[in-house]
Amino acid sequence: MELFWYIVLMCMLAIYVILDGYDFGAGIIHLFFAKKEKDKKAITNAIGPFWDANEVWLIAAGGVLFFAFPTLYASSFSGFYLPLIIILWLLIFRAVGLELRGQIHNKMWESIWDKAFGISSLLLALFFGVALGNVVRGVNLGNVVNGVSTHEAHYFFLPLWNPTFSPQTEQLGIIDWFTLLLGIIGVVSLTIHGANWIIFKTNSNLNNKLKRIVFNLNFVLLGLIVISLLIWHIIEPKPFHNFLSNPWLWIFPVITLIGVLGLFNVKGFKKDGYGFLFSSLFLFGGLTSTVASIFPKVLPSTNTVNPDLTIYNVAAHDYGLSVGVYWFIIAIILVIAYFTIQYRVFKGKMDDVGYGEH
Amino acid sequence: MEDMLFYDRMQFAFTITFHYLFPQLTMGLSLMIVYFKWKFLRTKIDKYNDAAKFWMKIFALNFAMGVVTGIPMEFQFGTNWAKFSELTGGIIGQTLAMEGMFSFFLESSFLGLFLFGEKLLGHKLHFVTGFLVFLGSWASGYLIIATHSWMQYPVGYEILENGKFVLNNFSALFSNPWLLPSYLHNQLASIITSSFVVSAVGAFYLLNKKHTEFGKLFVKTGVIFGLISSVLVAFPTGDWTAKNVAKHQPVTFAAMEGIFETEEGGSEIVLIGQPNVLEKKLDNKIAVPNVLSFLTYQKWDAQIKGLNEFNEEDYPTNIPGLYYAYHIMVGLGTIFIGIMLLANIQLFREKLYKTKWILWGLMFMLPFPYIANTTGWYTAELGRQPWLVYNLLRTAEGASPTVSSGNTLFTLLGFIGLYLLLGLLFLILAGKIINKGPQLNQS
Repeated sequence: MELFWYIVLMCMLAIYVILDGYDFGAGIIHLFFAKKEKDKKAITNAIGPFWDANEVWLIAAGGVLFFAFPTLYASSFSGFYLPLIIILWLLIFRAVGLELRGQIHNKMWESIWDKAFGISSLLLALFFGVALGNVVRGVNLGNVVNGVSTHEAHYFFLPLWNPTFSPQTEQLGIIDWFTLLLGIIGVVSLTIHGANWIIFKTNSNLNNKLKRIVFNLNFVLLGLIVISLLIWHIIEPKPFHNFLSNPWLWIFPVITLIGVLGLFNVKGFKKDGYGFLFSSLFLFGGLTSTVASIFPKVLPSTNTVNPDLTIYNVAAHDYGLSVGVYWFIIAIILVIAYFTIQYRVFKGKMDDVGYGEH
Repeated sequence: MEDMLFYDRMQFAFTITFHYLFPQLTMGLSLMIVYFKWKFLRTKIDKYNDAAKFWMKIFALNFAMGVVTGIPMEFQFGTNWAKFSELTGGIIGQTLAMEGMFSFFLESSFLGLFLFGEKLLGHKLHFVTGFLVFLGSWASGYLIIATHSWMQYPVGYEILENGKFVLNNFSALFSNPWLLPSYLHNQLASIITSSFVVSAVGAFYLLNKKHTEFGKLFVKTGVIFGLISSVLVAFPTGDWTAKNVAKHQPVTFAAMEGIFETEEGGSEIVLIGQPNVLEKKLDNKIAVPNVLSFLTYQKWDAQIKGLNEFNEEDYPTNIPGLYYAYHIMVGLGTIFIGIMLLANIQLFREKLYKTKWILWGLMFMLPFPYIANTTGWYTAELGRQPWLVYNLLRTAEGASPTVSSGNTLFTLLGFIGLYLLLGLLFLILAGKIINKGPQLNQS
């Protein structure tokens, strides 16, 4: 039962990253590469009718986490208190920027909300990468000081950073050089992903430029991934032990590789949607490979006093988990139906939707 | 430690109060937009479709505010109330996860279609998408009230040795006797908000002599919906809800009614007075003898337990706050019935659109249903204190153990600043939409 809900949760998170990921990426493109009003319009049209429903995957995944793994929800949400609240503020700014920009036609008003939308998208991409870094690196569960827990074994609290920015000390911070590296990978990969979405959904003049950007950034991405793999042993001495004992798990890294290598052909794709497909594969593979490498841990302990949090010691009781399967299956069928309808109605290029005009 | 709990409570209270200003209009207004659209489909008179499209603009803005202020609510169970989440997540996580899966996806998927899809879909399908948005928002309310009801009146659970609450009966969560009365009461209250908003905007147009066709339509629709919902919110649903409190939370009932001492021969109903908790009495009291006993038990001499019969440690933490919240809600509810009754009499006599003092009254009533909804929720929430889960888990036991008061105050101040900005933007933009008014024959 725990395993079932773990897979459900990871799939929901992966869907969230793929869907809202292109929103964030579009925001980053908007910030750095869209200079003309027409290009900006194309970008907001491409994500306008979707971003709200995409963000629901985060809320729904949060709900499933709360329901299926309440101890993990309690431990991680209170322990990562500051970054989570900051993420909330950024999500608010981003949504407000997107929705309010078109309400008043004034250059200053528009450029303020453009910046709010772009910068918060960039920071969110960074923070989500940092968050993944924190999960795989682990935290000081029980806030152990000199070998003694100062809190219950599954609670902790992390400041935003510690003075050394090192992932190897006892008193960790949210941002250290390791998590920051994953944050940068997050920004680069979501920028590529967002560009692919814009290419897919618009006929904007930007598209050719975006293909070049995707091509170039893909080298950066590949380089960053190689670096991260080379240093991974610093936070986890045996990063491949799960893959060695369960060879079928290699499918996830292979998916990642197909995604990233496929993107090098971005200029030659016959259909505009292929790029988006490959970057989605990359995101899905990258996320699943990362969590598979620490399975069944969901939040490792960096001290030897308190045990890791695994899916087995943070889950809700069996009856609740079983009864949840019934309503979840009904709900997920409905959700798939909604998304099919939504994406079918808004299929094809989105240049004429006129999003945000009142 | 005390500080920490105080800031945790302040942050939740502030963010939920601000958040709920928006969903109450979302739920009520979606019903009225569906009504306008339905009216258009039946009569083919463009006015109704234009009215629906006008309110959709307000709705879209309001909905966006509800979404962005709603996400923090789901996070804060974990960030600020970790111990509560850990202990009860197996139960309230059910209803909260269901809310995400069943209603948020429904609302958000079809909202995009509803707002941008009229041309693509045609009027009938457009009506259907509107109806589905309405359904999603009402389902969301239902699952939230189901969660709330479990905290007020826990059912279907057992408590393990380690203190964790475990679900042992899923359907009990939905047959909870607290749920249906609270849900109906709350939904009617949200229709009151939308009725007053719609009639206030209509009155504004009539008094300004612009968009008068729409002014008449909005005032008429608003006061009819308003009268029905104002009456039903008091009786039977308000009455029903109060009886639940009297039965299951007698100490709360005593505090909210301001009954410090049990009275032999029946309790009076307090209309006005200030609770003096130190001396355990009401100052400057105006009360009517025996009425409370009659309203609660239909017997003039029924005994109602006063606060003197309970342990002080089980008293609601903020007795004056609870008492005022309840009395403000009831007082405003009575005024709503009065003004809506007058407006409907004038409507029936076909004089409403020329009766200026009622139009002014309707316009200035705009903020008050928001106050009544808010104080109603304060009555429920302050009334549950000092418990998170009634009689089982105290509020002080639910807070996050590792989050310091300095960090909570930091985020509380941040939320206050950010929400003030949001509120200001909302008012400016809603004002702009209202001032511009409905556009004729857009379809």
